[in-house]
Amino acid sequence: MQQLLTTSLAGLTLGMVYAAFALALVLIWRSTRIVNFAQAPMAMITTYIALLIVDAGIPYWIGFVAALLSGLVLGAIIERVFIRPVEGKPEMNAIILTLGLFVVINAVAAIVFGSHYRSFPVPFGLRGFEVGDVTVALTGFDVFSICSVVVVMMLLLALFRYTDVGLKMRASAFNQEVSRMLGVKVTGMLTLGWALAAVVGSLSGLLIAGGDLVYPSYMDSVVVYGFVAAVLGGLDSPVGAVIGGLLLGLGLSVVSGYVGSELVPLAALSILIVVLLVRPSGLFSHATARRV
Amino acid sequence: MLEIRDLTTSYGPVKALDGVTFTAARGKITAVLGANGAGKTTLLRTVSGLIRADRGNTYLDGLDLARMPAEKMPGLGLAHVPEGRGVITELTVEENLRLGALGRADRSRPADIDRVYSLFPVLESRRSAVAHILSGGEQQMLVIARALMAEPKVLLLDEPSLGLAPRIVVQIFELIRGLVESEGLTVLLVEQNARSALSIADIGVVLDLGRLVAHDEAAALAADEKLRHAYLGF
Ligand SMILES: Nc1ncnc2c1ncn2[C@@H]1O[C@H](COP(=O)(O)OP(=O)(O)O)[C@@H](O)[C@H]1O
Ligand SMILES: [Mg+2]
Repeated sequence: MQQLLTTSLAGLTLGMVYAAFALALVLIWRSTRIVNFAQAPMAMITTYIALLIVDAGIPYWIGFVAALLSGLVLGAIIERVFIRPVEGKPEMNAIILTLGLFVVINAVAAIVFGSHYRSFPVPFGLRGFEVGDVTVALTGFDVFSICSVVVVMMLLLALFRYTDVGLKMRASAFNQEVSRMLGVKVTGMLTLGWALAAVVGSLSGLLIAGGDLVYPSYMDSVVVYGFVAAVLGGLDSPVGAVIGGLLLGLGLSVVSGYVGSELVPLAALSILIVVLLVRPSGLFSHATARRV
Repeated sequence: MLEIRDLTTSYGPVKALDGVTFTAARGKITAVLGANGAGKTTLLRTVSGLIRADRGNTYLDGLDLARMPAEKMPGLGLAHVPEGRGVITELTVEENLRLGALGRADRSRPADIDRVYSLFPVLESRRSAVAHILSGGEQQMLVIARALMAEPKVLLLDEPSLGLAPRIVVQIFELIRGLVESEGLTVLLVEQNARSALSIADIGVVLDLGRLVAHDEAAALAADEKLRHAYLGF
């Protein structure tokens, strides 16, 4: 019982972080039909920015906000400079491009920040809450992780659902030509989409790093888990990405808690293969809403 | 008023539009007729900036549209209802309408969605429905309603009757006629269904392989038997 609770709580926290990363991938896929493998090193860069700020003796929160803001800028720059030329071109061009960015950003980071391990601070304790004489396996930082992802998702939901800009972003993602005919500056919306996705990606990078070690390739495995979560959710659906992230977090946590943590990457890939074989459109997407 | 002067557009080596010149008069319906492949869609897409002309210009009340990007058009008073509907099927009816209003020129007043709902009551009853569940006729009404949300001076309509039951076509055409009469809207109506189009149009032009082959009062075109047999298929 105790172990089941521990396992599910760990899975919940991890799942939220994967959900955020998956959401970042889905936001970009939906609007540009590109799987942004470079999301991982982009989040790594912004985490290093936070680390540099905190190591300079500036409070954690300023580093945290600076990382998210630099994610916004980095996402916009990457879209404008690198992605714009391949938009609307064969999909292979974009795949090769984001994989290329993945390698190049990692290499540049190793030169600029060094490839040694550095520990990343947390704003809250890493001890579990005590309820009576039982210690619940949920730390202050876990609670913060879950809450911050939920808040970011709520903000995105509100943006898409209730604002004009959000409506224009969704319209551009669904039908670029009709959006242009209605006066939407589609290119601007795509840039904004990449920028917001990079903010969400940066958030997951900060949460993975918290209380742990940071090095240039520390996000590389997360891009795999985030991608699996996004595919679970149908790749097109933000809500699906969140549910996919949570399911994957719980599933992998069970594998790690009951079977062995060395099997986690294998389990993630097995889930991916099974989903692609059985329900390639994801667990939640309904075929009618998909377009090519 | 929409003046089209010597408009010429190609797809690679294929000239789809070749030196077309005519004027769509203010407060009138001008029907653009011709067989499949005559260049009607190309004409509308060139006017609304979706494709670039090789040569020629379009003037909207004297303003040259030739170098304007498509996304500027609604703000200048030009709305284009594309062929094959162009509903954003993933959005709700009301979201499609809200989107239509965002590009309008005068944004000092809030968009008048109720006016559009009173023109198309069926849309009001389905305002929260996702657009892909609408019938073909409802989708056509939605795209016209969405174009009206931008409060256009000139409305380009590409085959609004395509695939619709005759009863719905009559309903839509009567509505357009009503808007022209009540608000002085200028309409460029592209149709393969020449007989119905001429019944509501004031003026007609006929395209054949990208060239203008006739330009006259709608009634005169409908009465010209040789022209009808050669180009209009009735
Ligand atoms: N995207 C395109 N690429 C190449 N040729 C095209 C394209 N669109 C239309 N055409 C050609 O241009 C000509 C005019 O087409 P179109 O304007 O669609 O005619 P209509 O709307 O009158 O049926 C046709 O010969 C058609 O095959
Ligand atoms: Mg056509």
